[in-house]
Amino acid sequence: MNFTVLILGMAIITVLIKAIFFILGDRLVFPAWLHLALSFVPVTVLTAIITPMILSPHGKNLELHLRNPQLLASLIAVLVCLISRRQLLTIAVGLMSFFFFQWQFAG
Amino acid sequence: MLYTRNLKLSNLARGARDTVPMLVGAAPFGMIFGTLVSASPMMPWHGQLMSLSVYAGSSQFIASGLIASHTGMLVIWLTTFIVNLRHMLYAATLLPHVAHLSARWRWLLGFLLTDETFAVVAGHHQQPLNASERRYAHWYFLGSGLAMYSNWQLWTLVGLLFGTLFPGLQNMGLDYAMVATFIAIIVPQLNRLPYFAAAVAAGTFAYLLQDLPYKLGLLSAVFVGVMVGVALSRSSVTSRESI
Repeated sequence: MNFTVLILGMAIITVLIKAIFFILGDRLVFPAWLHLALSFVPVTVLTAIITPMILSPHGKNLELHLRNPQLLASLIAVLVCLISRRQLLTIAVGLMSFFFFQWQFAG
Repeated sequence: MLYTRNLKLSNLARGARDTVPMLVGAAPFGMIFGTLVSASPMMPWHGQLMSLSVYAGSSQFIASGLIASHTGMLVIWLTTFIVNLRHMLYAATLLPHVAHLSARWRWLLGFLLTDETFAVVAGHHQQPLNASERRYAHWYFLGSGLAMYSNWQLWTLVGLLFGTLFPGLQNMGLDYAMVATFIAIIVPQLNRLPYFAAAVAAGTFAYLLQDLPYKLGLLSAVFVGVMVGVALSRSSVTSRESI
């Protein structure tokens, strides 16, 4: 297989998917219901990406217990975010607790 | 003139700065991708070419797996299409913030769109922005995109050159940086019932459908979440009207 052709084809497909709405931009008028639907995209996509990473960090199995560092650290991060409303603090405390629990449970 | 230039640069820098946790999270993936390429029938420079031109992590991973199992070109292209479909949703969501820009800007920002940059830029627009922050928000977008792009090139290269030296990289949990950042972006948006319910529905379905291939589980979960959110917003509008 010609890998260069394969890769350039992938590149064209990807950039078209990513940019098509931006390019059509001014000619595209979304109806109100679509605007409403799109307003739910950030919160649903981000939650959908991280939930499996938190609940089953090793793939298949549900790890709903307190020896799951991803789960514990995420609960702490949610609390910190609710109380402090500060993004950077949330990320820092979340990451530090994650590495702490991972180190604790490693033994 | 100088003042304008400073505003552009400061928004660019802020976009890059807000993306820093994502850079940490993406680093191991870039290295693992580089390692995968070294183990596939491709030449190392093909791996870098893919990162430079395709610039979409999940589809690069899947493509190198498919190449290693000698899948045909058309199937790989079709897979790339399906795996990357979610970017259309991202673009549609961010469209109001870029529609006024020149075509050159819109191609560039479209090319630089990723899960991470979408998260950071969408989060930025959910905050109260002043007039100049709104006016130069595309520089913020560019800053986030360029930071992710150069980071991805760097770690692809490191993976291509030294990947085999760090076999335990997958298990270090560096990807948790992405989880923590996403939490910080999601939680402030959950204060209204439709958004909260949409997130719960999307998270539940993403968990249940995680074994579906080609990110189809993610797409279906987002679809269900959006439906739940829309249904609840409609019903709250109707109940308010009936009072």
